[in-house]
Amino acid sequence: MHAILGVSLMKNKQKIVSINNLKVVFEIKQSFLNELFSKKRKLVKAVDGISLDIYEGEIVSLVGESGSGKTTLGKAILNLVPISEGEVFFKGESVDFKNKKEVKKFRQKAQMIFQDPYQTLDPKSLIFDAVVEPLEVNNMLKTISERKEKAVKALEDSGMSPGEDFLYRYPYELSGGQRQRAAIAGSIILNPDFIVADEPVSMLDVSIRTGILELLLDLKNTRDLAFLFITHDLSLAWLISDRIAIMYLGIIVEIGTSDEIVKGCIHPYTKALLSIMPVPEVNKNRVRKVLTGEIPDPTEIPKGCRFNTRCEFAYDRCFVEEPELTKISNNHFVACHLATEDKNVKS
Amino acid sequence: MELLKINNLKTYFNITAGTVRAVDDVSLTLNYGESLGLVGESGCGKTTTALSITQLLPAEGKIVSGEILLEGKNIANLNDTDIKKVRWKEVSMIFQGAMNALNPVMKIGDQIAEAIILHDKLSYKDAIKRVEELFQLVELEPKRISNYPHEFSGGMKQRAMIAMALACNPKLVIGDEPTTALDVMVQAQILNLLDKLRKDLNMGLILITHDLSILGETCDKIAIMYAGKIVETGYVEDIYNNNMHPYTYKLLSSFPNIHKERVMPDAIKGIPPDLINPPAACRFHPRCPYAEDICSKEEPKMEQANEGHYYACHFGGVFNEK
Repeated sequence: MHAILGVSLMKNKQKIVSINNLKVVFEIKQSFLNELFSKKRKLVKAVDGISLDIYEGEIVSLVGESGSGKTTLGKAILNLVPISEGEVFFKGESVDFKNKKEVKKFRQKAQMIFQDPYQTLDPKSLIFDAVVEPLEVNNMLKTISERKEKAVKALEDSGMSPGEDFLYRYPYELSGGQRQRAAIAGSIILNPDFIVADEPVSMLDVSIRTGILELLLDLKNTRDLAFLFITHDLSLAWLISDRIAIMYLGIIVEIGTSDEIVKGCIHPYTKALLSIMPVPEVNKNRVRKVLTGEIPDPTEIPKGCRFNTRCEFAYDRCFVEEPELTKISNNHFVACHLATEDKNVKS
Repeated sequence: MELLKINNLKTYFNITAGTVRAVDDVSLTLNYGESLGLVGESGCGKTTTALSITQLLPAEGKIVSGEILLEGKNIANLNDTDIKKVRWKEVSMIFQGAMNALNPVMKIGDQIAEAIILHDKLSYKDAIKRVEELFQLVELEPKRISNYPHEFSGGMKQRAMIAMALACNPKLVIGDEPTTALDVMVQAQILNLLDKLRKDLNMGLILITHDLSILGETCDKIAIMYAGKIVETGYVEDIYNNNMHPYTYKLLSSFPNIHKERVMPDAIKGIPPDLINPPAACRFHPRCPYAEDICSKEEPKMEQANEGHYYACHFGGVFNEK
């Protein structure tokens, strides 16, 4: 099985999240007749054996195409989808809580930010109500004035100052960037230790993306908050993360520090992803490795290395044996036979 | 040869709050086989420009003045019946969000055939044959014409939309954010496909996007739009390497560049202006870090920097030395 990733990057920091060989499997409902006669159940292995530790004050990015299981992994950590196998520990405690009280307590410390700020906020509720809803749910700070104070602080910490000006506005009165900031304010009001940010800037204009990324970095630095940043944009991941994990069909195929991945990646899939990253410069000679086809059907994961259907370097071993994540340097791990066999991957 | 020439186009929307000057004095030219990227932030009038060409504007929108010359013929003032002959046969559009542009309860092949039957007056059988050819052109398996949209992935739906846009051999194709909702890998595939098709078929291609970084490898020319006006236009190399307008410069530096050092890119301060009461004189001056007195008093004229490279700024090019 995959090695548990040790990190020397984060010295003297505590482990916040520890994922141990996690699997999340969904069953596809079939028609009644198929159910009666077919022997095989159709299973989607959305997350298929992932081990990963996230430390306090660390931003780890998950990068991959649609259908690689990024969001499912994020949700599984927050106990929002049932775990099929393996375990997730949050500050040393398994998140597979059985009673509601414990779940509630866990959610105070682990939050999520979603992709579309136009849908996360209820159009009919005031920004104030949206931001203090976590307090309401948890029966904390009952008086209005206490809540107001807390909401203003959260809004200002999210870069909306003066906070009072935004309390009694409706979402339609805010721009896309401001809405995302309001959503972030709601997620930090309970002082969480860990946030899963699922594509938080992909719906926003380029000119305001940077502002939101800077906010996440700021929260990480001032509050020692840990983030799992889910994105399909490798260049954004590179900007803000300590480490980047590249996901393909439910597993991590390469993980390393931001610069190890962008400047010195080894896996052919990471190389392909990098070669097609849009870059604001003219270079007609740039070699772009556009992979043909799309990510395979997750109900029928290819035998051997699961990337073999799209890999130009695949050879006989790749079709038989699945490569394990292997250590390249302290933080850099890769799952590819070529890397471990000293057959250099030509770039 | 010149395929499209837009002269001083103005498209306004009359709403209760006032008149929105969404497109305000825009001029463009495009040759056969050439591709133009029309770039700007949300609400700068890019889509309105495209909808003016095909006259698909909502009821509040009107072309107030200006000409849109397609092969020398003005199509800005055509009536409903005449514009229908231009749409799809001469100018077609690929819309944003391929997921929502297809009818979910109709076979994809039939949806494309519908357009062919309507415009080319072919029989159903011939139209389906044409759809099969189109599927090959956009690299889809011809046997999938009898699939429904839910059986296609996002990238395949976008390919089907491209096939639909090419159905009647148009001379000009407008792609309105054709790749925004797609994955990076699929985005690269679709951009490559569009680039190949416009060269093979010698079509004009206008790509509307807010993502300046995807145009470097697919476009010949770029026009940068801000608050209803074109502030800079030129060949890709000029726009990327010798840009003269601070907005172009700021827009370019708001992208991370994985080939360089890891630094947080600059954000452009503020938000795009309200187009009912746009700022006086240079519309970018409230957000421009290099603005001086003259910028709020006098509107800059379009000036030429190079062959085909024009910009509208009082301090063209010299701003970044300050």
